[in-house]
Formats: sequence, structure tokens, C-alpha cells
Amino acid sequence: MGLASLQQDGFLTTRLDDVINWARKNSLWPMPMGISCCAIEMMATASPRFDISRFGSEVMLFTPRQCDVMIVAGTVTYKMAKVVRKIYDQMPDPKWVISMGACASSGGMFRSYSVVQGIDQFMPVDVYIAGCPPRPENLLNGLIQLQKKVEQDRTIGNLLNRERIFIPENPQQERVPT
Amino acid sequence: MSMNERILEKLRSSFPESIESENMFRNDLTAQIRKSDILRVCRFLCDDAELAFDMIIDLVGTDMYRPSARFEIVYNLYSLKNKCYARLKVAVDENEAAVDSVTSVWEGADWHEREAYDMIGVKFTGHPDHRRMYMPEEFEYHPLRKDFPLMGVPDSIPLPRK
Amino acid sequence: MPVRTVEEPVKSRLLSALEDQDTTVMIDDALENTMVLNMGPQHPATHGVLRVLVKLDGETVVAAVPELGYLHRGYEKIAENSSYHEFIPHTDRLDYLSPLSNNVGYVLAVEKLIGVEVPRRAQFIRVMCCEMARIASHLVAGGALAMDVGALTVLLWAFREREKLMDIYDVLCGARFTTSYTRIGGLQQDWTTQCTSMLTRFLDEFDNNVAEVETLLLANRIFIDRCENVGYLSRAEVIGLGLTGPLLRAAGVPRDLRRDNPYLVYSELDFEVITATESDVLARFYVRLAEMKESARILRQCLDKLPQGPINAQEAKRVLPKKERIYTKMEELIHDFMLINLGIDPPVGEVYQGIESSKGEFGIFIVSDGTGQPWRMKIRSPSAMNLQALPKMLKGGMISDIVAVIGSIDPVMGEADK
Repeated sequence: MGLASLQQDGFLTTRLDDVINWARKNSLWPMPMGISCCAIEMMATASPRFDISRFGSEVMLFTPRQCDVMIVAGTVTYKMAKVVRKIYDQMPDPKWVISMGACASSGGMFRSYSVVQGIDQFMPVDVYIAGCPPRPENLLNGLIQLQKKVEQDRTIGNLLNRERIFIPENPQQERVPT
Repeated sequence: MSMNERILEKLRSSFPESIESENMFRNDLTAQIRKSDILRVCRFLCDDAELAFDMIIDLVGTDMYRPSARFEIVYNLYSLKNKCYARLKVAVDENEAAVDSVTSVWEGADWHEREAYDMIGVKFTGHPDHRRMYMPEEFEYHPLRKDFPLMGVPDSIPLPRK
Repeated sequence: MPVRTVEEPVKSRLLSALEDQDTTVMIDDALENTMVLNMGPQHPATHGVLRVLVKLDGETVVAAVPELGYLHRGYEKIAENSSYHEFIPHTDRLDYLSPLSNNVGYVLAVEKLIGVEVPRRAQFIRVMCCEMARIASHLVAGGALAMDVGALTVLLWAFREREKLMDIYDVLCGARFTTSYTRIGGLQQDWTTQCTSMLTRFLDEFDNNVAEVETLLLANRIFIDRCENVGYLSRAEVIGLGLTGPLLRAAGVPRDLRRDNPYLVYSELDFEVITATESDVLARFYVRLAEMKESARILRQCLDKLPQGPINAQEAKRVLPKKERIYTKMEELIHDFMLINLGIDPPVGEVYQGIESSKGEFGIFIVSDGTGQPWRMKIRSPSAMNLQALPKMLKGGMISDIVAVIGSIDPVMGEADK
């Protein structure tokens, strides 16, 4: 007993949240928006050597209606931005976005008239991965960071309007933003 | 070297008044042709049995940013029989920015000319499918002109809302 | 129970309900209209962001219009604003399946402009880079074609082989994918014995792996039925359209820049130019497979003939000096400063240099005005010009042939859209 148990919300809702988040984070099916060179590294991540399916991303479906996370891999130009946004809008909730590579995160090495300087100008982004192109291990690290973020979700908690209080293990540990 | 000289000789004999200048730099032959004769010269080079320039490799539009004859169109040709390249240049003025299209001689010049139109703004008369190649159709500028800034004109192509 | 005659159609309740309300649509003749299908920029089979608008009459393709430009990054404008050295990393991203060959092609054009000849060891290493890049690119081309047609295994095997090549790139260039290995006047770092042993091991396993792919695909009834007589182009059409690379050679034209206008040390190496005569998807696949074997042969010859010596040309005012000398010696410091800030000192003029990359003729046309930045740089991309043949090849075919034909052209949109 004590302060910790008083600050925790209902035992059942947190456990439900944990189960839901555990299921979601271990089966994030990616929607590969593979546009340019980073797409090849994404394909290499799906290849037998780096094997993204051991993290649950077994199927790389190309239909947005059945995917959880959209990996924007490659340079997004102004002409392509409309298409990317359209596909993002077609994905059902809950959805996340991984911005893979320097070009998707910030325009990369292409500072020119036709490249959008970062997809966060027209889309919300959850994880940014740096690299040009990021090595497959880097993409897997990004996926793991996304999994940590999914863990902090509070689906049932939100449904019941209860605050999920994050109790850090030591005072310096920052709250993982949701 | 001798192949280049042979090409020049034939060109000079058939079109003496069309060649404005010629030069040889690093073993590459470049001949500047008058704009009105370019279609005839190209057809001659393609149909001639000895020279037989039957492949068009490249068509480049350059903005030289000179007061007169601002644009230049460069034709890069290849002959399968003689295994050599040749270059033709045409100087185009800004006020009458139109050149005859060579798609009737080589079909492969189709997309090259569309790209030159898109990037530089030179029109090609007689082109079967005259539209932009890389930029969207509603784009109003020509990106590779020297007065178009590198970062572009803001909001020239709209972005979707966040 | 009364027997229902054929003339009386069964009216389900749903159909009656639909006909009650005013939702009937009258079409005079169901086959009168053609349908426009948009194979949009985001599609699993279009090898990148290529948009093809296809007009269909039932399942037959009547017309097709490809639309490019979804990856147009403005390379040529960037080139006009950066020095010759600064553009080398940009060339990696052009044909991103074989980045080393783009590096070599660009640097050859610049060296032709300034008139610098690299030492023989560097030339042999560059040839090896080009051929390794050709193998890597053809692996993906064959694998992607097979995947689009339905044979998924080949793609995974191709990626397994590519990983071995990428390990070699890692040791040689420092990066596994976008290498930026060549420099104007030479190379970034030397070829080591570790690279030789890795490459020898790769080549020893490579012939077996290609044989495995052959037994899997070339005797497969389904693969052959999907690829034979699809996407046919006659010889005259191919030459008139200006196609290059495996598309040209599969139509019977033995044009290979390595043989016809040799660059680097190809005139000293022994290899065959593979041609086929049927000029359909299967012929192009066969040409690519055989070219991989020829590339392996060239690599073995280069490993045997690799001479010792320097890898950078001895032109102090054109070639970037070594890092340890920059930090300790005065002249190298000044040269490095001038080269990085003001660029190399090219003459005024225009050059064009084309190389035989895996997709076709990759060429760089430079117009130089004497300053350290090019006045105009045009990238002659083989994928863009090979895609011109797409409408002709698709006409009269079925929808399922579209992916096979695009796979046989093997476009890379980073190069096609510049």
C-alpha cells in the first residue's frame, strides 16, 4: 500500500491497456511508402538477413486499409505529397508514422524547389530515423522506439477518461511522450 | 578523329550556309546549326547511308543567359554503324522560343523534347504530345532557367493541409 | 414442384428491391465504354513512383500513358549550385540500385573535361566497381520481375546475394549503400586484400546461385507463359526510340559501350556482348542473367590483372590531397582550401561521357564556363528514355502483362525523374 497504489488507476483498466498495447506493438504491420533509395534499405530489412518479421512486422501490405504503421521511406516531392497524405488518410486508427531517412524527416540533401523539407509539414510523425539511407539495423531500432511509444498508449484509460499516471523509476527519467 | 572530319566534310558540302560554327573539344565534334535548318540537317544525318546517325542519345536545353540567343538546344547523336557520337547545337532566341521538333526523324526525341520544354520553356512545333514531363501541369515556371531560384517560388505547388 | 424454365430468370428479393426504387442504370452496350485505370504512383509493382494511366477495353489495354515526375528532386539545378566535388554524393542517389556505377560515370565525365588520366590501378578498381554494381542491379531486376510475375523466392535469394556485395562495399567504401567512392582524379581509398578475399569467396558461390535461379525459373511453365511474347518491340522501333541497354541487346543489336566506345580498361578485358533476338520480356530476362555471368568473368580477370601503384592522379591542383598531408604540409593545405572553396579549374567547353550502366547508357553532359561550378549539367538517364517504349509495348496486351513489361524495362525512378 502507500502512495504508489493510490496513484495507480484501476487495476483492470491498466491491465487491459497493457494487453492491448502488447498485442499492438508486437504486430505492427507496416505500410511501406517506399519512394526512393530508402525503400531499398527497407526491402533489405525485410530480407532474410535483417528480418523485420521477427519484430512482428510480418506482412508488408501495400493496401493502407489493413496496416498500422506507415514507413515513409524516401524523398517526398510536392507532387507526391498529395498522394502520401491521401494514403495516410485511408489508414484506419490507430496509426503511426515512421519517417525513415533524412529526406523524409527534413528534406535531406535535396534543398531544391521540388522537395518538401520534411513530411511533418503535412503529416503527423511519430518516429524520425536519421541516415541516408539508414542502415537496416537503424530502421529496426526505429521500430523498437515506436514499440516503446505504443506501450505508453492509454486506449481503455482514455475511454474511461482516466488519467494514466507515469511513475518514473528514478527522478531523472523523462516521460515518454504519447 | 578522321570520322569527325568526314562528318564535317559531308555537312559542309550539303549544307554550306547552315553551319554557323564548329569546334572539336576533347575529341568531340560540335556543330552549331542555324535554327531554321535543323530538321533538314537531322534528317540528312539520319538517312545518309555512310553516316547513319540512327540513334538520338540526348537532347539538352540550356539557358545560356545571354542577351541575344538566350537558349541553346543540344542534340547528341550516335551512329550504330560507325560507333561515334556527334553533337549539333541550335541557338534559340527568347522572343521566338520555338524550334522544329525532330520526332519525325527519331521517335525517341519525344520525351527529351518534353523535358526541354518543361525545364527551359522552349516550344517544339510539330510535337505530338506537348506537355510537361516532370513538374505538374499547373506549374507556371520553368525550373532550369537561371532566374528561377533554387528553393523555388513558395506555394507554387500547394501542399495538403496537416 | 414446377420445373423452372430457362427463360424465366430468378428474381431475388434484393434485385426486386433495387428495381423498385429508381436505381436502375441503363447501359446500351456493356462493352461500349472503355475504362481508365490508374496504376498510381503508390503501387507494389511499379518499381518506384511511376504512374501509368491505362485505358482498358475489358481486360485488353488500348492505350497507356506513363507519368513521371513524382520523384523529381531537381538534381540539375542542384548541380548548377554546387561544385564538382560536392555533387559526387548526389550521383549515388540517381540509380540507387547500383550507386558505384553512377559515381564512376560522373567522375569520368569531369575528368574528361579537365583532361586528367587516372593511374591504372584506379582504372581497374573502377571497372570492378562498375561490374559489382551491375551484378547488384541485375539481381534486383531479375528478382523484382520474378516477384511481380509470382515467384517470390527469387527476390529473397537476390537480396541474400546483394547482402554479400554490400559487405564488400562496406569494407571498400565505408558505406554499404550510398558509397560516394570515386573522387575526381582517383578514388577515396585503396582496394585491400580483405576485399580481394571477400570478392573471391562471393564469386565462388555466385555461379552456383545463378544456376539455382536458372533451374527455378527458366524451366518453369508459368514463368515462361507469363513472359514469352509479351512486350514485343521490333528492331527498327527499338533503334528509333533510342533505347539502350538490355532492351536494345534483346532486340538483336549488339551495342555495348564497353565494346564500342571503350572507357577505362575494358579494351583489355575479354567478355562477350550478350544478345537475343526475340525482344520480349523473357529475352530481356535472359540477357540480364547472362550479363551477370559475364560480369563475374570480368571481375575474375580484374582480380588477376590488378596492378600495384597509386590510386590518385598526380595533379596537385586538381586532385584532393590526402588528409594526413593536409594537416601537416603547407602546399596541400592551400590546395585543399582552393579545391574545396573555389573548385577545380576546368576549361570552358562541353563534354559528354556515357558509360554502359546496368540500365543502359548513363551519360553526363557538362557545359562548363570556367568556374568551379558547372553551368549546366544534364544527366542522360537510361530509365527515363527506356520508359518511352512502355505505351508501345503495352498496346494490345492484358492487364497482367503491365507488371511484366515494367519489370523487363527495369526503371529506377530516382534516375528517371532526376
